Amino acid sequence: MPCKKRSLLISTVSTVILAGLSAAAWASTASTDSGDTAWLLTSTALVLFMTIPGLALFYAGLVRSRNVLSVLMQCFVLVSAVSILWIVVGYSLAFSDGGIGGLIGGLGNAFLSEVTVDSVAGTIPESVFVVFQLTFAAITPALIVGGFAERMNFAAMLVFCLLWTLFAYIPVAHWVWGGGWLAELGVMDFAGGAVVHVNAGVAALVAAIVLGRRRGFPQTAMLPHNMTMTVTGAAMLWVGWFGFNAGSSVAADGVAGMAMLVTHISAAAGALMWMVVEWVRHGKPNALGVVTGMVAGLGTITPASGFVGPMGALIIGASAGFICYWATQLIKQKFVIDDSLDVFPVHGVGGALGMLLTSVFVSAGLGGAGLPDGVSMGGQFVVQVIAVVATAAWSALVSYIALRLSGRVAPLRVSVEEELEGLDLVNHEERGYNL
Amino acid sequence: MKLVTAIIKPFKLDDVRDALAEVGIKGMTVTEVKGFGRQKGHTELYRGAEYVVDFVPKVKLEVAVDSAIVEQVIEAIVGASRTDKIGDGKIFVYDVDRIIRIRTGEVDQDAL
Repeated sequence: MPCKKRSLLISTVSTVILAGLSAAAWASTASTDSGDTAWLLTSTALVLFMTIPGLALFYAGLVRSRNVLSVLMQCFVLVSAVSILWIVVGYSLAFSDGGIGGLIGGLGNAFLSEVTVDSVAGTIPESVFVVFQLTFAAITPALIVGGFAERMNFAAMLVFCLLWTLFAYIPVAHWVWGGGWLAELGVMDFAGGAVVHVNAGVAALVAAIVLGRRRGFPQTAMLPHNMTMTVTGAAMLWVGWFGFNAGSSVAADGVAGMAMLVTHISAAAGALMWMVVEWVRHGKPNALGVVTGMVAGLGTITPASGFVGPMGALIIGASAGFICYWATQLIKQKFVIDDSLDVFPVHGVGGALGMLLTSVFVSAGLGGAGLPDGVSMGGQFVVQVIAVVATAAWSALVSYIALRLSGRVAPLRVSVEEELEGLDLVNHEERGYNL
Repeated sequence: MKLVTAIIKPFKLDDVRDALAEVGIKGMTVTEVKGFGRQKGHTELYRGAEYVVDFVPKVKLEVAVDSAIVEQVIEAIVGASRTDKIGDGKIFVYDVDRIIRIRTGEVDQDAL
């Protein structure tokens, strides 16, 4: 039975990863696989490419021209700052033993003190695993930028995002991927539906509420200043996502191959579904709609990507396009929350949807890799709900406190006049365009 | 001397330029502008939210002419830019007190 074989493979892979990360003694005697290593080196580059330039351009095109640099700058600086945080304590707290049971890892690997040229994680050099995981840590706070875009003060943004990464991203990464309590429960989050997308989506929503609306929202139209940039960035995200999801197999194997296939299917289905909904509802197919549906499809397949089959991916992608569209209408128009670039409805809702649907489409009968022995679909569903709720609640709490703390260090948002002038000049004394 | 200012649909600019050349106009100033009249704006759609954009792109064309040919100029502009659809634009005619060509110092009719 090919399905059983794949499910066995998945559990073997994850066991190997966890063992490799936690047991240094074991790691030193293991050897690396050159194929796996080559694919993870490639995936790491792809995931970094998602944030800069992919996400940065995607977001930058969506804001008004006076804020274009602020968004590019925030993404770029977050990649740099989170990278340093990751090597100082982040990697250790997420992936080491010796912390607080199941909640957070230890500090034994702070400053990567135990990572050498010979250390191994699973079948790849640990150095590669460190930087692969670093790119995930970097994109997650960069996703939040879309929630507070066009009004948050740069200094407060930096403090907030670093606090959030330390106290929200890193713990949740430990819970799910570092052998923490959700991993013990048997959660299925292949590439970060909860860890990345629910986590960042909820943080963006909380930030949007705490900061308040942009001046003029919702009466004034705040039109994207450069849709070409946005579509370009979105296309880069699609390409980069192959590294994100297929790389999360941490091996160049059949699971990686299937993850790439289902990722692609879901992106395509999400794009088309969003296009159809807008076409039917508003009379025109719309470029921003297509790329947003694609991102929704990608975010939603993320937790499922190592577990489901092609037909599961088709349904997951299509439901992402449909549900994330309506979530966007609900947040922006019904609740009038100014989550500027719709991070919560696309990433938060999509990530949660994907987490829940994983428990359905993992089933061997529906073309998935199969549930572990003794686990029912209902049982897995409950575990997935617990993971989503716990992640959302923790992220919301940390976001709120981190925003209040960063508001003490520097004003959270710029003044009304400065908002009109634009963050590029006010925060950076530069202009995106000198035409 | 008159200054004829016409607000027209952007895609009609080339036709208007040719028509004006035929009546002997040797220079003009063209500006991309935005505004609205009876045509009102148009709607734009971003992630399911429809926005009414009040200001429609137009081209503003300014040409200083001898009073004797002002009717011909108006006819040329109207003839070349009319589509019979809402939003064709407007023409304003002003009196001009003085004209000076900077390079030579020529004035009024000589400077046209």
